[in-house]
Amino acid sequence: MALTYDAARTDLGAFLSRREDGRSSLDLLVPDARCAGCMAKIEREMQALPGVAAARLNLTQKRLTVEFRAGSGDAGGVVEALARLGYPATPYDPGQARDAHDREGRQLILAMAVAGFGVMNTMMFSVPIWAGLFGQELGPATRVLMMWFSGIVGAPCALYAGMPFFRSAWRSLKARRANMDVPISIGVILTLAISFSETVLGGRDAYFDAAVSLLFLLLIGRWLEHRLRARASSAAADLLAMQAPTATLIGAGDVLTATPVDRVLPGDLLLVRPGDRLPVDGEIVSGASELDNSLLTGETAPVAVAVGQTCRAGALNLSGALRLRASARSADSALAAIARLVEMGAQSKSKYVRLADKAAAIYVPVVHTVALLTFAGGWALGLGPREALIRAVAVLIVTCPCALGLAVPAVQITASARLFRRGVLVKSGAALERLAEVDHVIFDKTGVLTLGRPRLKETAPAAIAMAAPLARASRHPLAHALAEAAGDGPLAEDVTEYPGEGVEGLVDGRRCRLGKAAFLGVQSHAAETELWFGFENDIRIRFAFVDPLRADVAETVAALRARGLSAEILSGDLPGPVERAATAAGVVQWRAGCTPTDKAAIVDDLTREGRKVLMVGDGLNDAGALAKAHAAMAPGTALEASQNAADLVFSGESLMTVVDAVDVARSARGRAMENFGLAALYNLIAAPAAMLGLVNPFVAAIAMSGSSLVVTLNALRTGARR
Amino acid sequence: MNIVMFLAPFSLGLGLMAVAAFWWSLKAGQYEDPEGDAARILVEDPEDRPAA
Repeated sequence: MALTYDAARTDLGAFLSRREDGRSSLDLLVPDARCAGCMAKIEREMQALPGVAAARLNLTQKRLTVEFRAGSGDAGGVVEALARLGYPATPYDPGQARDAHDREGRQLILAMAVAGFGVMNTMMFSVPIWAGLFGQELGPATRVLMMWFSGIVGAPCALYAGMPFFRSAWRSLKARRANMDVPISIGVILTLAISFSETVLGGRDAYFDAAVSLLFLLLIGRWLEHRLRARASSAAADLLAMQAPTATLIGAGDVLTATPVDRVLPGDLLLVRPGDRLPVDGEIVSGASELDNSLLTGETAPVAVAVGQTCRAGALNLSGALRLRASARSADSALAAIARLVEMGAQSKSKYVRLADKAAAIYVPVVHTVALLTFAGGWALGLGPREALIRAVAVLIVTCPCALGLAVPAVQITASARLFRRGVLVKSGAALERLAEVDHVIFDKTGVLTLGRPRLKETAPAAIAMAAPLARASRHPLAHALAEAAGDGPLAEDVTEYPGEGVEGLVDGRRCRLGKAAFLGVQSHAAETELWFGFENDIRIRFAFVDPLRADVAETVAALRARGLSAEILSGDLPGPVERAATAAGVVQWRAGCTPTDKAAIVDDLTREGRKVLMVGDGLNDAGALAKAHAAMAPGTALEASQNAADLVFSGESLMTVVDAVDVARSARGRAMENFGLAALYNLIAAPAAMLGLVNPFVAAIAMSGSSLVVTLNALRTGARR
Repeated sequence: MNIVMFLAPFSLGLGLMAVAAFWWSLKAGQYEDPEGDAARILVEDPEDRPAA
């Protein structure tokens, strides 16, 4: 039976978001839209479609929003039109979580705007006061007036802009812990109180501007950190949307409906087309095909499946359309066991204490003790409680934690932006810190050292040219590799695809077949991945395929070794291919036939020995190890679960990005350490000066912004080389 | 000196207007698609062409 799966159109109605006035809209992810031309073309063509009221492409996020007129809403038509233009698109659900995240970002930006306003306007009143400090004529009445002005402007701004810190400090105090926000909140509130009392009592020291600018600088750091997280999570969401977006449900009367995978129930009948991944575990009801289990087991050879067999979610359907009876929900499928492994690993990772927190653990008690000593000591030495308190507050202000709150996020966002441009997605700042500490790298073979897709072995060009027209007409990955080797050219006519067998068609008026050995009536004699081709009553030609190593594997391993990192290969594949890959890569340590549990256990053992392991893997069989390793990277072609477990996701064909990532992470760590050094140096000068009463509001403002500027500029140097 | 009583609120008003303008631009989604906005000026609008 021949099956033309392209003709069957899928209803994407489940992804339309309907509005109350009967109009509806559709959100699509268009990853290939890159330039102004793409944008103009897509928007013009979409608006020309019947029923479409408006189409707008967000080029930054590569999202297309199509608005339909009332009563219409042909989502499938839009996706097809995009595919015809050469832009494959995936519907996605802009979920609730993203909105919540955005709300937090908006609050931070608004707090930052208010703080910025506060800084500028309190400065306006502070400048005359500062001028007065240096002997210019400023009568006490005018000074007090200026102090009142700056208090009236500065205090509300500080209270509003400080809300994110106050809230977080309150939460952590309720949980009986003290985070960095507790000293910040205490400092700001104490400063405001002292400044008001000084204003009322007609004193000289009002620090309204210092309180607001401290919050402004810290908010910049907070916002940078938020941006890093938001971008990572939205990019990760995009990758996921591309991967297991939908399952195709077969309803009554063979109506096809696209459904989000998590809505598939056991017993549902599903259609899995060639080239799609199995969305859930299930039993094959009809059809025959081969499945590529390489992401599940690491094994590269395709496995033939037939009616009645049970197969696992995540396997890639290679040749024929399959009808599948779902036997488990997506959440309970074979993935779940691995997900548990991942969760356990994630818990051990959350025990990692970030650099900034380590520094804060030293910084907070020291600064508070010094401030307290200043107050107690000053009072005991006869300064009077008011002067002693002012000096204590000055200590709190000048030892501002900007190096912790601003410099580390600035370093990390610079580093991750640089990596992002090289195609590496960093999920969190902590991931970079952990990556910098790594001393041993474990590679998975399939999909990491290799490209994870077949490539034609050396074959006579004449043979390739003969089979190419038929290969171009097929969707099978092997045929695709053959067509790729042949380049552009004519297409076979009258093509019929036999699922799980091969294709048949007319080339130059002669009937020919391309497919499995049995399909061509020959006896296969090799364990290699192969494809046979032959004209009717003519000789048979054999094409062999290999999963080639990435071009720069040996270079990568050598570069890692030069950086003091040892390398190892753990694969689920057979010893033969693994040994060949290890030899080519120049890796001495390798192990074949590893189960997912084996891999995780090996990582555990190494960790117990005190090694810091970087796991680079893509398959489900790596997910446990990825989660348990000190740091983890996964290629963009990896399965959802593996990408979730990894700290960094890299794209492209080059493996050298792993080395780049390690370099940038180390450079980021170096910058962060330098910044801590600079901050410590600054505090060693500023704190004694404040204790001795040498700090007035002007000095505090200069010192604080100066130190923040220095650490931020230093942060921008991260990974600047090359 | 009395001029301060006028100038100070006036400058504050200007500052508040800047904050309000920023808030409006944020709400209006002007920072949602910086790359697309930069590219859009390169796209020719059919209606904008001068009559030949």
